[in-house]
Amino acid sequence: MRLIAQRVAMGILLLFAVSALIFAGTQILPGDVAASILGQSATPQSLANLREELGLNDPAYIRYFRWLGGILTGDLGTALTTRQDIATTLGPRLWNTLFLAFWTAVVAIPLAILLGLLAVRYRNGPIDKTISGFALASTSLPEFFIGYLLIFFFAVKMQWFPSISTVYDGMPFLEKLRAIVLPGTALLLVVLAHMMRMTRAAILNVMQSAYVETAELKGLSQLAIIRKHAFPNAIAPIVNVVMLNLAFLVVGVVVVEVIFVYPGMGQYLVDHVAKRDVPVVQAVGLIFAAVYISLNIVADIASILANPRLRHPR
Amino acid sequence: MSNELEFLSRYVVAGRLSRRDFLGRAAALGASAAFANSLLGSAARAQGPVKGGILKAGLQGGEATNSLDPASFLSQVPFSFGKCWGEYLVRLNRDGSLKNQLAEEIGASDDAKTWTMKIKQGVEFHNGKTVTAEDVAATITRHADANSKSGALGILTNITGVKASGNEVIVTLANADADFPYLMADYHLIIQPNGGKDNPTEGISAGPYKVTVNEPGVRQGGEKFANYHGGDAMGHADQIEIIVINDATARTSALQGGQVQMINRVEPKIVELIKRVPGVTIQNVSGRGHYVFIMHCNTAPFDNNDLRLALKYAMNREEMLEKILFGYGSVGNDFPINAAYPLFTELEQRTYDPDKAKFHYQKSGHSGPVLLRTSDVAFTGAVDAAQLYQQSCAAAGITIEVKREPGDGYWSEVWNKQPFSTSYWGGRSTQDQMYTTAYYSKADWNDTRFFNEKFDQMLLAARSELDEAKRKQMYADMAMIVRDEGGLILPMFNDFIDASGAKAGGFNVHPAGEMMDGYALAECWVAA
Repeated sequence: MRLIAQRVAMGILLLFAVSALIFAGTQILPGDVAASILGQSATPQSLANLREELGLNDPAYIRYFRWLGGILTGDLGTALTTRQDIATTLGPRLWNTLFLAFWTAVVAIPLAILLGLLAVRYRNGPIDKTISGFALASTSLPEFFIGYLLIFFFAVKMQWFPSISTVYDGMPFLEKLRAIVLPGTALLLVVLAHMMRMTRAAILNVMQSAYVETAELKGLSQLAIIRKHAFPNAIAPIVNVVMLNLAFLVVGVVVVEVIFVYPGMGQYLVDHVAKRDVPVVQAVGLIFAAVYISLNIVADIASILANPRLRHPR
Repeated sequence: MSNELEFLSRYVVAGRLSRRDFLGRAAALGASAAFANSLLGSAARAQGPVKGGILKAGLQGGEATNSLDPASFLSQVPFSFGKCWGEYLVRLNRDGSLKNQLAEEIGASDDAKTWTMKIKQGVEFHNGKTVTAEDVAATITRHADANSKSGALGILTNITGVKASGNEVIVTLANADADFPYLMADYHLIIQPNGGKDNPTEGISAGPYKVTVNEPGVRQGGEKFANYHGGDAMGHADQIEIIVINDATARTSALQGGQVQMINRVEPKIVELIKRVPGVTIQNVSGRGHYVFIMHCNTAPFDNNDLRLALKYAMNREEMLEKILFGYGSVGNDFPINAAYPLFTELEQRTYDPDKAKFHYQKSGHSGPVLLRTSDVAFTGAVDAAQLYQQSCAAAGITIEVKREPGDGYWSEVWNKQPFSTSYWGGRSTQDQMYTTAYYSKADWNDTRFFNEKFDQMLLAARSELDEAKRKQMYADMAMIVRDEGGLILPMFNDFIDASGAKAGGFNVHPAGEMMDGYALAECWVAA
C-alpha cells in the first residue's frame, strides 16, 4: 500500500512540475499574444489596451499562480480568441478523442497480445516472422503516410469507408463506428507492433527460466505453459507497454485527427496553436500530461499488484 | 468529334450512358478529360436544375471559433454558409452589375448623398415574420455602429443617418458615393429580424435555406426554406451541408471519395493531378486578389520614378504566373484593378523588357544592390517569387538582394514599414474602395506611400460622379497614374480554384469570390 501511495504522490508532484514547464514553454513562444490577436490592424494604443485587459503586464510568476489556482478550482480559463469558457468547448472534443482511443484500444490490445502469444508459440517459424515483419513494417511508416494510404485505398479507390471522420452528437452509433474505422486502423497499425513485440519479448524472457523447463519436463503442452506459467509472470512489462500505448492513443493523435478531420483534441489544439491562444494550449497540454502520468501510475500499480514480492513485502 | 461528344454528353445527362463510359469514349475520341468534363457540365446546365437530395461541400476556412453573427464573419465557411441562410439587399452579377434581392429599387439624389431603397414586399423570414423596411434599417445601423465590431464597419463609416419610412429605407451619407449600392452586397450585411439587435447569432434571415445544424469548425447545414421569396433561382437541393476540412489533402480525397460534391482552395501545384480524376472538374476563375511587390514612393532610392519604372520593367510577369501560380491566375499590369471590377478599362500591358529596365535604371543614377524583404506569409511562394525576380532583374543589370524575414511579425514589422517588400491584397468590391484603402494619400494602408494630388482629386471626383461613362474614364486615368508613377509592381492576380464532383450540377464560377461568390451550395443541384 505504501508503495502505491508513493507512486500516486510522485505522479501528482510530477504533474505540478509539468504545469510549470508548460507555462514556461508557452511564455517563450515567439510573438506576442496581443499582437497576434489584433493582427494586421494593430495600433500601439489597442495593443496596450489588450495587454492590460489580458493581464499580460504582470510578472510571469504571478500569472503562473493565478493560472494554477484557476485550474485547481476547475476553471481552465477563457480562450483569448473567442472569449469562450475553455472547459465547455473542450469537453466534447476530449470525449471524441477518448471515443476513438477506446475503440482502437478495444481492438488493438487483445490483438497485440494474441499475436504476441502466437509469435512465441511458433517462435522463429514462418508465422512468427510474418507477424513480426508486418508489425515492424507498419510501425516504421509514419502515421500520416499510413493515413494517406488507407484513404487512397479504402476511401478513394474502393469507397468502403469515408475519408473524413466527422462525428457529431446524435449521429447513430454504428455510423460513428464506421466513421472512425480508418483513423482507428491507422492508429492501430502504429501501436500494434510495439505492444506485440514487447509481449513476445517478455514471455520469451520468462520461457528461459527454470520453472518453465520443469513444466516442459512434466509434459505440459506449449500453449498450456504459456498460458499458465509464462504469461502471468510476464504481465508487468506487458501492462507497462500497453499503458504507454494507451497514452499515445490519447495524446499522440494530433496528426491522425488532422488527416481524417476528426473533431477531437488534436484538431482543437492545432487550431489554437496557430492563433497563439495560450490558455487553450496550456489547458490541452496539461490534460495530455495528466492522461500520460495517470496511465503510467496505473501501469505501476498494476505491476506492483502482479508481483507477489512487491504485493507482500517482507 | 465534338458533335459526337455533345451528343454523348446529352445521353449522360438523360441517364442513358454512365459518366465513366462517357469519359472513356471521350478519351477514345482524343478529348482531354477536362474538356470532356466541361462538356458534361454545360450539358447538365442546359438540362436544368434537379430538385432534391443533399448537397455537401468540404471547405477550408472554418474554425471552432465561428459564430452565426454576420458581423463576425471573416473566413470562408461563414462566408459560404451565410449565403445559404442569409438574404441580402442586393448581390453581384457575374458581369459586375448588381441584382436586386430584398431591394426592389435603389435610387440616389443628384448629389449621390441620399440613397432611397425600396424594399420588396411580402418576403418572409425563417421565423415566419415579414421582412420590413425597419428590419433593413436596423441591420444597417447595427453594422455601422462601432460597438458591433462588424467586419463591414469600415465601409459604412460614411453613413450619417438611416431611417425607415413605409416600405423604403433612406440612407444619408457624409460624402457623396456613387458606389453605395455595391456596399450593400457586402457578405456581412445579411438582413435579420430587427437587424439582429435582439439576438445576432440566431441564424434567422430570408435566404433559401434554414439553419438546422450549427457545429462551428465541424459542420453546418440547412434545409430548404419552403417560403423562399426568390422562386426557382436558388435552393434546388433539399438539404445542404458544409463540412469543415482544413487539410488540403483531406479535402481532395473527400471529393474523390464522393463524400462532398465540391471543395474550395485547391492548391495550384496539384491542380494538374486532380484534373485527371474522373468526374472531378476544376473550377477556377480570375478574382480580385493579387500579389504585389511594393516600393515606398517617398523613401530613397524608390523616390526616383526612373528606378521604379526600371524595377517594373524588370518583372517577368509571365514567368511568375507560370512558376508561382502554375498558370492559375492572370498577369497584372501594375495597377490593382482587373476585369473582375465594374467599370474596368484595359490598359496597354506592360511586359518584361530588360532593355527598357536598363535604360531607366541608368537614368535613375542608382548603383548598388536593392534590398527586397520577403516571407512566405506574404503569399504562397513569395520567397521563390523574390528569387525569380532577382534573376530577371540581374538580366537588366539590376542587383536585388533578397532578405527573408520571419513570418512572425511580418505584418507588423515589414509590410507597410520597410521600403521594398512583398505582400498581397484580397481586393475590394469596387474600384473606389480599393483605391481608397491603399492608394489615397490619407489612407492608413497606403503601403506604397503614394502621395499624388491629381490622383486624390480624381478619386474624390469619381466617387460623386453618377455618369458611368465619365466615371469609367476617370478610373482609367487613375489606373494610368498608378501604373506609371506609383510604387506598385503587380505581377499577377491569383485565381480562385475550386473543384466540383460528378454530382454537383450547375457549378458556374463567379469572379467576385470563391465557391460561386459563396452561392455554390444555394445555386447548384445534386445531379442524377
